[in-house]
Formats: sequence, C-alpha cells, structure tokens
Amino acid sequence: MAKKSVGPVRREFTPWENPDHPPFIEFRNVSKKFGDFTAVRNLSLKIYEREFFALLGGSGCGKTTLMRMLAGFETPTSGQIFLDGQDLAGIPPYRRPSNMMFQSYALFPHMSVEKNIAFGLKQDKLPQAEIDDRVAEMLRLTKLEQFAKRKPHQLSGGQRQRVALARSLAKRPKVLLLDEPLGALDRKLREETQFELMNLQEELKMTFLIVTHDQEEAMTVADRIAVMDKGELIQVATPSEIYEAPNSIYVADFIGDVNLIEATVSEVSEDGTKLHSTGEGFLIESSQTTEAAPGDKVWYAIRPEKVRIAKGQGDAGAFNQVTGIVWDIGYLGDVSIIHAKVGADNRDILRATFANVSRMVEDPITWDEDVVLSFDRDAGVILTR
Amino acid sequence: MDEEVHVAAPVKRSLGGWLLIAMPYLWLLIFFLAPFLIVFKISLSEVAIAIPPYLPTFDFSEGWETFRENLSSFSLENYIWLTEDALYWKSYLSSVIIAATSTVLTLLIGYPIAYGMARSPQSWRPTLLMLVILPFWTSFLIRVYAWIGILKNEGLLNQLLLSLGLIDEPLVILNTNIAVYIGIVYSYLPFLVLPLYASLEKLDGSLLEAAEDLGCPPWKAFWKVTLPLSIPGMIAGCFLVFIPAVGEFVIPDLLGGSDTLMIGKTLWVEFFNNRDWPVSSAVAVILLMILVIPIVLFQNQQQKMAEKNG
Repeated sequence: MAKKSVGPVRREFTPWENPDHPPFIEFRNVSKKFGDFTAVRNLSLKIYEREFFALLGGSGCGKTTLMRMLAGFETPTSGQIFLDGQDLAGIPPYRRPSNMMFQSYALFPHMSVEKNIAFGLKQDKLPQAEIDDRVAEMLRLTKLEQFAKRKPHQLSGGQRQRVALARSLAKRPKVLLLDEPLGALDRKLREETQFELMNLQEELKMTFLIVTHDQEEAMTVADRIAVMDKGELIQVATPSEIYEAPNSIYVADFIGDVNLIEATVSEVSEDGTKLHSTGEGFLIESSQTTEAAPGDKVWYAIRPEKVRIAKGQGDAGAFNQVTGIVWDIGYLGDVSIIHAKVGADNRDILRATFANVSRMVEDPITWDEDVVLSFDRDAGVILTR
Repeated sequence: MDEEVHVAAPVKRSLGGWLLIAMPYLWLLIFFLAPFLIVFKISLSEVAIAIPPYLPTFDFSEGWETFRENLSSFSLENYIWLTEDALYWKSYLSSVIIAATSTVLTLLIGYPIAYGMARSPQSWRPTLLMLVILPFWTSFLIRVYAWIGILKNEGLLNQLLLSLGLIDEPLVILNTNIAVYIGIVYSYLPFLVLPLYASLEKLDGSLLEAAEDLGCPPWKAFWKVTLPLSIPGMIAGCFLVFIPAVGEFVIPDLLGGSDTLMIGKTLWVEFFNNRDWPVSSAVAVILLMILVIPIVLFQNQQQKMAEKNG
C-alpha cells in the first residue's frame, strides 16, 4: 500500500518538522492587553525563512494585533519577538526590517504611483539611479508600468492593491506583512491575486506573513496556517492538515463545512476506534487511534464531501452507514449539497455533497427519498475537544 | 472619474428644480450685485452739497432725456484722484501687508492648535471645537475693546510682566501695528483653525503608519505626509483670514495708532469725516477688485480639490 498523506503536497518545504531548524520569526510568550481586554494571550509561534504563513481567525481574535506587534505599531505587554535572531524590543517601526501592506492600502494620495513606490527607498538614501531601477523593477513585477505617473485616485481598486504591494516590496524587506491584502477586491480578482501572491513569494524568495479572516485565501496561499481564537493559537498546521485533521471542534467548524456527530467510544484498539453515535444511533469505525477511553463522549467530525449518498436502505448494524430521508437539496453548479434526516426519529441532519461530474443525471435523488449515507474508515476525525 | 462625467449628463428639471437653483443667484443679485452697482454708480458721480451728497441722482419722473444727460455726466475722475494722492495706494499696500503678515502669524499659531485638536482623543474633540467657536458668543466689538484693557500701558499684560520682573517699564503695544496684528490674529484664528482642523481630522492615520513602516521617522512623516495633505485646509483658512483682514476697520481703529494705515480706516474718514461719497465709493470698488483676485484664486483651488476628491 502506498504511503498515505493528508491532502495534496504543494512543495517540499517543511522546516517546522525539524526541531533544530532555526526560526526566522519567533514570538516567545507574547501577551498584549488593551486595558482590561487581552488581545493576545501568552502566545508562542515560530515562522521560518521563505515561509508563506497565514494568521487566520474571526474579527477580534488578535491576529492583526500580533502582526502589528511585529511591525512595531504595538508594543507587547509581555514576551519577546525575534526577527532573524534580533530581539525587536525597543526598535521603532521605521527601523524594522519588515514592511507592511495595509488593509486600506494607505497609498499617499498626493504622490504618483512611482513616488509611492520610491518612498521607502528614498528614506534609505539610496542613490537615485538605484531607486529608479528598483521602482522600474517593481512596476514591471506588478504590471503597473503604464500607470507610473498616475495618482492613486486615478486607479482602480485592483491597481491600487498592486501599488500597495509594490511599495511594500520595494525595500526588499526580510518579511512582508500583509494585512487583509485582498479584502477589498471582488471574488474573481481576489482568486487571481492569490495565485499571483504565491508566485511572487516563490520568485522573490521572501518570507510572507498574511493576516486574513478568509479561510479560502489562507488555504490557497499559505504553507502553514495558524488558526486563532480569543488571542490564542488553536492550531498551527499546513492547510491540508487544518482541513483534514483539525485538532478541535473550533477548527473543524471554522474551516469549511462539517458534520459534527456526538458519539460514545465503544472500543479502542491499535487498529482504530469504534464509536456509537449518540443521537442517530449508528455505528462508526475509524482508522484513527485516540486517547479517549471506552465510554468517553467524543465528537466525530466528517466533511460533507466525504459522505457518499445512494438511494435505498442501509443494513442495520453495519459500520459507517446510516439510512436517512432527503430533506433539502442545494444545487451549486459544481457540487450539489444534500441534507438528509437520519437517526431513530429523523431528528438529526447529515450533510453530504457530491461533484456534478456529468451534465445529465439518470434517476436523480429527490426530496423525501430514502437514501443510505456511508463513508470510509479514513473519512472522519475523532475530536475530544 | 469617468463615472462622474456620466452623472453630469443633462437632467430635465421641474419648475421647483429651477426655483431651487435660482435661489442663490437671486440672493447674490439682491444682496451683492445690486448694492455693488449702486456703489459703482456713486463712484462715477461728483461730490455735491446735497442730500444725498453727490450728483447726478436719478429721478425717473424727469423723463428719458434727463436720464441720458445724467449718464453722460459720469466720469472716472474719482479713480484718477485715487492714483494722484499717495495716501490711497499707501493705504492699500499697507492693508495688504498687514493682512498678509497677520495671516502668516495666524497660520503659525493656528496650525499647532488644529493639529493638536485633530490628534486629541475622539471624546475631547467636540469640547475643543466648542472652545474654538466660543468667542463668537460675545460681540466682536466688545472682544476687541477688551484687548485695549489688556494691551494698554497700565493694562493686564504690562502689570503681569512688571510684577514678574521681566520688564522695568511698561511696553508700548497699544496704538501700534503690533496691537493690530494681535487683534487680527486673535479675531480671525477660528476661521483658520476650523477648515484646517477639518482637513487634518480626516487624514487617514494609516498613512502615517505606512510612512513610518517604510522607514520615515514620525517628525519626517509630518513633513512628507501630514503637511502636504493639509495644504487645502491651510489655503482655505488663510483666505478666510486674509480677505476680511484687508478691509478690516474696527481693529486698526481701536488698537492701531495714528500711523497705522489701513484702507478700512481711510474709507471711514473719507465717508464720514469728509462726506465724500463718490471718492469713498471708488475706494471701495478698488478694494473689491483687489480682493476679487485672491477670491477667484481660492475658488479655482477649491474646485480643483473637489474634482480631485470626486
């Protein structure tokens, strides 16, 4: 049997798996309080050179505060931040080797595109010829050559976003901080720009740190994602691990769509775990081993696309299958989503999605039909918190 | 910007719409153009011992012929007179210099005030704004009078400085140009602070953070970002000080000395002491011409700004 991996592998870049690999950015027991409010709580995190790292969380989770502390706009209440081996304490923002792309872009309205891009280089008192070269390079990189002389108010939202990006890249910072960089763009442009950002990061061989509330954005661009809630890190892992192996109900629920099934552990072995769902009364057999003991209450999280759906009745007493009645069908074009009522008194709803692989469907599933929902041993995750 | 052009496509207006647009024009016609034409007409007349003290006066009962005769008697004599007597152009020049100097002083004092207000905690701002407007609750005349009490030889300022031992004998401030500067700066400060505050307050704080992030220390970010972006507010405020200050009469009359030459005072003397309505009208018309130039410049600049922000 071939080696199993969680999700697709993007690139061979896993410095975090080597405990001896020196971190490029390190937050060490960092806390930040605003009056009574604790924005960041005793947080430790290592980010590696050339990594594309995403801080993901809802509003007020502390992700932006964490980034602003790295940029120097906020001072940690306690703890230390290191960048490339240097303790950043007491270093003002204008002397830090990081640059930030602001959510509002913060372009200087009284300067042309090229002046905006040259601004940081001028502060470094570089020779004019070098500034011109660097500005030209940035204009080319962001495809803004023909807009060099324009003022920000003469540009579209997408162009402004690229100017902001060019300006923050011009100084070749050790780390580029991106604060919700694509929030103001429409969906199509956002998706395009996500891939552009990835290519840019690969090309420039720089470390990128992105703050976002958009899970798709984080999953697309990042090597690793830190999911934050209430000032703490909930899980730090690759996008596929975050999605396929969430470590908590919070992460499973925050990222993507999930069926959360309450269950009791009935048997634990080296080979896997057997569960008995509390509400629906069906049997689950998972390949996952767990620390939970028989009799413990756990959650079984399974993504809707990993639930197979077919017409008919299931075998009572069989593992990983349950009979239900179709309650709702949502057609999204690329996929369809079915809500099926399952369990003894059809109280609970299980969601299943399937890809619409053909334009024509023979004998389609419809409302109020009996269906059998089934899944593999590897399909779901047992969660204890 | 292109979108704006589409919006400006011809709109069909109802009668009510036209009336609404006509209102400001009507206002200007009645309260600006008509009085101006009367003053202009008087400036072309001749002084006379009569009521009103100039000739010709129009009496439409005397028929068309007399009207035409009267028209032909108009002359630019009064304007020529203004160029012949050095007093007038010296007054104009001195007024413009005093107004310009006061404007610069007001800007130097008003900018830190407006900046401090714009940077103060959000909850303080309404109070600070109120404090700037507060002096308007007292009559302008009374406030200028109050300065006499402060600036005169035995006034509050001299008493304070003497008691602190900073000076041995009272400073002579009242009835000098310095007192006029103090009076103008004090009186017109709110007119500068308010527009400047408005432009500084809407300045996006993230611009300063961006400047700092790109390696610009805060004091330099002020010069590179805050100052250039507050130029529209500075220009608006300066015009609001300069234009009324040129024609100012009360302040130079009460606080200035006999050698303080300002056109407002000259006009007053011409009108009330010499009872020469035609010459004083000519003085007023020329003053208006002098002021129209900066007003037009100001309007142009405002329009440019509006287009830019649009």
